[in-house]
Amino acid sequence: MSHLMAADRHPDVAVEFRDVSYRLNHGATLLHHLNLAVRRGELLVLLGRSGSGKTTSLKLINRLLEPSSGQVLVEGRAATDWDLIQLRRRIGYAIQEVGLFPHFSVERNIGLVPALEGWPRQRIQERVRELLQLVGLEPQIVARHPRELSGGQRQRVGVARALAADPPILLMDEPFGALDALTRAELQREFLALQRRLGKTTVFVTHDLREALLLGSHIALLEAGRLVATYAPEEFLNATEPLAAAYVAAFHTGNSPQGGA
Amino acid sequence: MSLWQFFSQNRAEVWQLTLEHLAMVGISMAIAVAIGVPVGIWLTRRQVAEKPVLGMANVIQTIPSLALFGFLLPAPWIGARAERIAVLALVLYALLPVIRNTYVGIMGVDRAVVEAGRGMGMTGRQLLWQVELPLALSVIIAGVRVATVISVGLATIAAAIGAGGLGEFIFRGLAMVNNVVILAGAVPAAILALLADFGLGLLEKRLRPA
Repeated sequence: MSHLMAADRHPDVAVEFRDVSYRLNHGATLLHHLNLAVRRGELLVLLGRSGSGKTTSLKLINRLLEPSSGQVLVEGRAATDWDLIQLRRRIGYAIQEVGLFPHFSVERNIGLVPALEGWPRQRIQERVRELLQLVGLEPQIVARHPRELSGGQRQRVGVARALAADPPILLMDEPFGALDALTRAELQREFLALQRRLGKTTVFVTHDLREALLLGSHIALLEAGRLVATYAPEEFLNATEPLAAAYVAAFHTGNSPQGGA
Repeated sequence: MSLWQFFSQNRAEVWQLTLEHLAMVGISMAIAVAIGVPVGIWLTRRQVAEKPVLGMANVIQTIPSLALFGFLLPAPWIGARAERIAVLALVLYALLPVIRNTYVGIMGVDRAVVEAGRGMGMTGRQLLWQVELPLALSVIIAGVRVATVISVGLATIAAAIGAGGLGEFIFRGLAMVNNVVILAGAVPAAILALLADFGLGLLEKRLRPA
């Protein structure tokens, strides 16, 4: 993980946490002195159980939360120095299927950020069709509403929506968490291929080691608001750190307490 | 004389009082929505104000309607015309359901949906108009529906201060000890209330997000 520690001197760092802590107003600390760098084009997985601070970390990147101390840098600039709306529109955001707007058609859901950015209607329509193809959905689906889709389709729409305005950075908060095992595996494979092809810097939150190993170019293991360590996937399986080892043991026995598929 | 005969012999007056009644309710509901919906939205942004504002609207509701009409008589400008008093009183009664349902409706929108919108860079205004209000609309309409039904009933009492409306027949009938005349006011008022309830109920159902 030494290369990550030194990453602030590299120009190829897309997102960086510098000694970031996050406390709630009434005092509970959700994140302790996080130092972490995400290199351009890589897929960093934040792995941990609920309450470990992984979603908190993610929301600090697009400023849904702001650090109590320390700094989050996005493309070399403190997130707090960015124009808030500009920052968020440069960052694709996908969460579990509940994040789709239930009153919007698939087309309006996917075309949301382009519409906010004032693209002409024609261009948005073309972009939506392009994205549907990219995520493996039929073009006829555009007029449907989220409730008329299967879980897997909804999630594909969620990914397409995050990619719509071609943001350089993607944040994904357990995007495949609510899917059945088979559909999830399918989407994971497709997403991996897509991410490699598009080269988007991605921060991906999950509690599932299997998913982390499959998708991540690095895995940052979080526990109780602290970064335990950062591993390359192959390092993780041989890690001696007790918590990482416990994840691996649970993974091998197949009864992962983290709810693996 | 039957109720039917009364209606056919007094067609013009029945019609006029019904129109007066509708005007009173319609104008006061329009004002109540114009005030109550923005106040309800504001409360979702300033949640510390929720308890005092809804508390005040609640207190107003507890004032007996006849007393409220009386209280407003000496009010400047308002007190000069009975119709103005009636409209103001109906607005005051309608505020609570409208404010409360706007507040509850917006607060009830799935936080994950709102946060997704915010995370994708929607401004506060875009979130309000494109996400929060459309998803809260059926709850807001439900509040307007309750307020309208209450107003149709309350507006009959406005006749006591000379504001007109179908209450005219009710008070006249009471004075004459004539049930047919009382019913001539009560039955159309009840029908108006049922129609408003039914119509707004349909609207509410149509706007409900699935």
